[in-house]
Amino acid sequence: MSALTIAYILLFYGAALVFVIGLFYRIFKYATTPAPLKIPTTPAPLNQRGVVFRLFWEVVFFRSLFRSAKWIWLFGWMFHLALFVIVLRHLRYFTDPVWAPIELIQPFGIYAGFVMSVGLIGLWVRRFSVARVRYVSVISDHFMLVLLLAIVVSGLAMKYVVHTDIVAFKTFILGIMSFQWVSLPGTGAGEAPNVALLIHLFLVAVLMLIFPFSKLMHAPGLFFCPTRNQIDNPRAERGLRSHESRHVAQWALDSESVGKSGV
Amino acid sequence: MAKFETPALKEYLEMPASLKKDSMVHSGPFVAAPQHQEPLGFPGELVDNWQDVAIEKMGELLGKYRSLRVFLDSCVKCGACTDKCHYFLGTSDPNNMPVARQDLFRSVYRRYFTLGGKLFPKLVGAVKLDEGVLDQWWSYYHQCSQCRRCSVFCPYGIDTAEISMAAREIMASVGKGQKYSNEIIAKVFKIGNNLGLPEPALVDTMEGLEEDVKDETGVAVRYPVDVEGADVLLVTPSADFFAEPHVDGLIGYGKVFHQAGISWTVSSYASEAANFGMFVGSYENMRKIALRIRKAALDLGVKRIVFGECGHAWRVAYSFLNTLAGPFDFLDSKYPVPQHIIEVTHDLIKRGALTLDKSANDDKRVTFHDSCNVARASRMGDMPGGQFILPREVIKACCSHFFDMASDTIHDSTFCCGGGGGLLTDDLMELRVKGAMPRMQALKDVTERHQVTHLAAICAICKSQFSKVLPYYGFTMDQVVSVHQLVSEAIVLGAKD
Repeated sequence: MSALTIAYILLFYGAALVFVIGLFYRIFKYATTPAPLKIPTTPAPLNQRGVVFRLFWEVVFFRSLFRSAKWIWLFGWMFHLALFVIVLRHLRYFTDPVWAPIELIQPFGIYAGFVMSVGLIGLWVRRFSVARVRYVSVISDHFMLVLLLAIVVSGLAMKYVVHTDIVAFKTFILGIMSFQWVSLPGTGAGEAPNVALLIHLFLVAVLMLIFPFSKLMHAPGLFFCPTRNQIDNPRAERGLRSHESRHVAQWALDSESVGKSGV
Repeated sequence: MAKFETPALKEYLEMPASLKKDSMVHSGPFVAAPQHQEPLGFPGELVDNWQDVAIEKMGELLGKYRSLRVFLDSCVKCGACTDKCHYFLGTSDPNNMPVARQDLFRSVYRRYFTLGGKLFPKLVGAVKLDEGVLDQWWSYYHQCSQCRRCSVFCPYGIDTAEISMAAREIMASVGKGQKYSNEIIAKVFKIGNNLGLPEPALVDTMEGLEEDVKDETGVAVRYPVDVEGADVLLVTPSADFFAEPHVDGLIGYGKVFHQAGISWTVSSYASEAANFGMFVGSYENMRKIALRIRKAALDLGVKRIVFGECGHAWRVAYSFLNTLAGPFDFLDSKYPVPQHIIEVTHDLIKRGALTLDKSANDDKRVTFHDSCNVARASRMGDMPGGQFILPREVIKACCSHFFDMASDTIHDSTFCCGGGGGLLTDDLMELRVKGAMPRMQALKDVTERHQVTHLAAICAICKSQFSKVLPYYGFTMDQVVSVHQLVSEAIVLGAKD
């Protein structure tokens, strides 16, 4: 097994570890930090079902963004929807046999690659062309778009420019998953290294490594956002007058009892 | 006060043609003196190791408020909010774009609480908390009226108000508090209301109102203070006791209660609906103010709590009162706690308990200003969006000529009056005038299209702010009216037919 293969195997184990632990740690923090006050942006749903519906519209159709900025919505939604299809397409490398629905969407994955590029370029152009957005952009904002764009382009390159032995590559991925490692395609003796594949994989690992530390946390963040996920029911309504009906954080209750004993 | 130019009202609301960096950096409120700080539990003046204290406070708040933690991580700088803030639209200062305002806080958070910010501060825009940053915080976190318009349009629901509140709490905790808000909170603790109106003056004022109404209508409408055993405790902004046009609203509440045969009282101990504890982001101070209302309700033995016309107050009342001062198991279980006076009046109108003569308001062509915190942080009635429907139905029951402003400037897209969130102070006059521009633009539009003459409001701050800024834009200060002033004009007192 070549040094390059070993390096990539280690890279992916490391990246996966950082990604999973980092993500769970951040989500754990969100989940355990209390929301001491009812702050849904109103009008808000009056029950849990309504909240699920509200979040569905936000997550799937970016409803608030649609209301606020049509161009950002267009490019942003294109990019995210395409990303979703591409991720589904890539499941073929991780499953054996490949699930039927994943088989079905394979052709759309390629179109999605182009759509995602257009979306990302559109978003990036806005970072330069709109003075307001330019003002709030820092290097990491550009970097994130460039990184994603480079991942897409290197992925498309493997389809159209550099031939990649995807059967061998799938064996490599399944090997990583089952801890029975095999060589990365293009690293064997006498084989020409597949630069597009190496770049693509490296950038994906970088993305996984920085995900938990970056603004990409907006994805889980949305589900923990009190202005969107809270039910509009703070008022002491008829029949809801017990202490249990109060929305109070533990730290607030603790300070209440301290206040009482102090008086 | 420095001279400034009132923004011109155009045909349409226009985006600022160019960003005017630092054009509002000079705008900041007076700093609180030790006697304004200490009653609130804050240090009297800037403490020596203020950076350490501030960072420690930031860490504490990150552990207490999920909103803050999630909001600081979630922003992707998409730019959707950048043209939504009335202060940005009125001043063109890029730091008044919600995302830029948040970034003043976020960049410090990144520097001290995130790996990226600790390792590569330049790349992710992380900065050390120093005097320059504190000065910027001081300026720009006092140019946010906590109106939540940005949170409506943010794809992740990020609410700049939460970040402004945290920033203000941190500043107050290191000894740099805002004079206007903190002085007022101290007054509430001492006397019971923002204006420092003591009980005898309150009684005197209310007796004066009784005489005025008697003279004008011939009917003895009561305006009671501290009456034990009354059904309703009315908690209303203290501006209602004497300011124009607020007091005309208070007269209206009294007439409604009179006509419906509901016994009511105000409390001299809790004679303030507004809760400035929210403006400075302090849960403890907000709770102390809210507990006065609970105590007053218990002491007077009332059955219901009703709030007068006030925006941020209604947010604290509707959304927070049960959290801060509940449970209200001692009140009549037939009514929600608290109720808005609009809900009470609306219900009475629906039940046919009031006789209203619309022609009394025929001299007025009325539009309605959705107060920001009523619109985006509370509700009225039992359906989502009731806060938009009920006030309009009450107005329409009292006036023949009602016209809404443009649809992207009302309901949850409403523009703040420009004076909310602890900014209704003369030391911020330039900000208030410029921040009112988008609302004034919409008013001008509806004036031209429908010859509207009056702007009805349900918030003490909105009313005071409009009285002050309307003249800057070529309107007159008496064009702003209380919604219950319209009710007051239309209501027919005396026995029902």
